[in-house]
Amino acid sequence: MTNLGKQPAAGGGGLLQIDGLRKAYGDQVILRDLTLSVPEHQCLVLIGASGSGKSTLLRCINLLEQVDDGTILLQGNDITDPRVDADTVRAQVGIVFQAFNLFPHMSVLDNITLAPRRVHGIDRGTAERQAREMLDRVGLADKAKARPDDLSGGQQQRVAIARALVNKPLLMLFDEVTSALDPELVGEVLTLLTDLKHDGTTMLVATHEMAFAREVADQVVFLADGSIAEAGPPSQVMDHPSDPRTQKFLRRMSF
Amino acid sequence: MSDTDDGWVASKVQLDRESYRRRRTRRSVLIASVSTVVVVAVVVLVVVNTPGWPRFRSTFLDLSYGWEVLPDIASGLWLNIRLMVICEIAILIVALVVALLRSLRGPAWFPLRALAIAYTDLFRGLPLILVLFLLGFGMPSLRLDWLPKSGLFWGCVALVLTYGAYVSEVLRAGIESVHPSQRAAARSLGLNHGKTMRFVVVPQAVRRVLPPLLNDLVSLMKDTGLISVLGVVYDAVLNAKIETSQTYNYTPYVVAGVLFVIITIPLTRLTDWVARRQGWTGAGGTV
Ligand SMILES: Nc1ncnc2c1ncn2[C@@H]1O[C@H](COP(=O)(O)OP(=O)(O)OP(=O)(O)O)[C@@H](O)[C@H]1O
Ligand SMILES: [Mg+2]
Repeated sequence: MTNLGKQPAAGGGGLLQIDGLRKAYGDQVILRDLTLSVPEHQCLVLIGASGSGKSTLLRCINLLEQVDDGTILLQGNDITDPRVDADTVRAQVGIVFQAFNLFPHMSVLDNITLAPRRVHGIDRGTAERQAREMLDRVGLADKAKARPDDLSGGQQQRVAIARALVNKPLLMLFDEVTSALDPELVGEVLTLLTDLKHDGTTMLVATHEMAFAREVADQVVFLADGSIAEAGPPSQVMDHPSDPRTQKFLRRMSF
Repeated sequence: MSDTDDGWVASKVQLDRESYRRRRTRRSVLIASVSTVVVVAVVVLVVVNTPGWPRFRSTFLDLSYGWEVLPDIASGLWLNIRLMVICEIAILIVALVVALLRSLRGPAWFPLRALAIAYTDLFRGLPLILVLFLLGFGMPSLRLDWLPKSGLFWGCVALVLTYGAYVSEVLRAGIESVHPSQRAAARSLGLNHGKTMRFVVVPQAVRRVLPPLLNDLVSLMKDTGLISVLGVVYDAVLNAKIETSQTYNYTPYVVAGVLFVIITIPLTRLTDWVARRQGWTGAGGTV
């Protein structure tokens, strides 16, 4: 096992380091020989057409899917090693889904305290205090006792973000967290993501929001045909794309 | 609805609507009452005028005899109620364990999964009365010292095994109806399979299948009466049978029947209420 304090290698390394990742469903190859790295405190934005494998990549990093080849290093440790305890890894990597996936039978507060109490063994009082602080941070201090179904989509998504953040993950994954929202609710969630970035959260964001990508991303990665077609700072990838697929995709997105 | 302090006065259109609705309600109540009276009257007239009616009345509806045997049968019924409660608890435990075993994934669990499947297939296929006879008479006749010999015990085991198979299928349907994304969300927070089931999946599953579960409870209440075929349990049905065999008057059966209905009606109402509250579409719906 790689040692924890290992320095990032030149041109790679970082909090998250993916090398030669391959993932297929049956004989349909979704990701092939994919390599990317996310340095600490940076925001990497994944863009790409629908079906290009953005969600699949995030699910692999969260070990919700088994990879078919390659390695995923988190702080230098290979989390795809079958001897690694997947639950421990998941507890360190937060993920927020497009469809919120709050637990409908629990209050907002219970949704947020579930993992701290049942996974991290934090006592109820402390967990609830932390949960309320987190709710305050996402601007929903008054909704602790509400049921998820009684909240608007944007509020539900902010609760989902609070639920992931409260575990103080090393890395946050966001999977198109605004695409199930009405246009007027998208802003509140993106603002929150922007705040998180400024607070130094390391994040990997799959999104179709190009303006957001341009504003927040340290690095933009364009996925096509199962691998990275183009990567670099937003000014380069989004304003001067060199790959024809990127050019076509960006033209479509801007109309 | 206390915001009449905003000075709202119902408009003429609204008043018209309300008075129309009132008139319509009055009319449907009237029609329903008249038709109920007519139907009941016709049924009574037809039955009372059948050739066997006087004989039927004295053997099945002998009021004074019925009153006389009521205390015996009622005390038997108390036993049925206690049996139901004990069996129900055991059934829920068995059913939950079996349902959870069936929902395990991965090759390592195959033997347990197969066992659970074999159990549900077997006990859903066997008529309850057969299970009662096989266990109630069969087990004690093995003459194994360490086995309980009480027919009551084996009667309960038969009920628990049979109903456990049904209820486990209901629970499993509920577990599978919880969307996989709920499981993914729980696992992504670091909850392991067991905790995901316990805190996220099973609570949602149980809520969803509560109406059919209560339905099975009503059915169980009635079926506790079947233990009497073993002839060892002085429950409502057996007490009725004893009375009947002495007098050839079947009124005690009718009394037992009426008592069972009185007990199960609140349960059925409760089921309806829960179902309505959840927007469940009734007995025709599949779970
Ligand atoms: N469990 C699965 N089994 C089989 N195929 C799958 C499965 N999950 C995803 N796929 C396929 O993998 C491909 C990539 O899907 P993915 O959800 O990763 O795309 P995406 O880039 O997130 O798209 P979108 O922008 O629409 O969310 C799709 O063709 C999809 O049909
Ligand atoms: Mg997706």
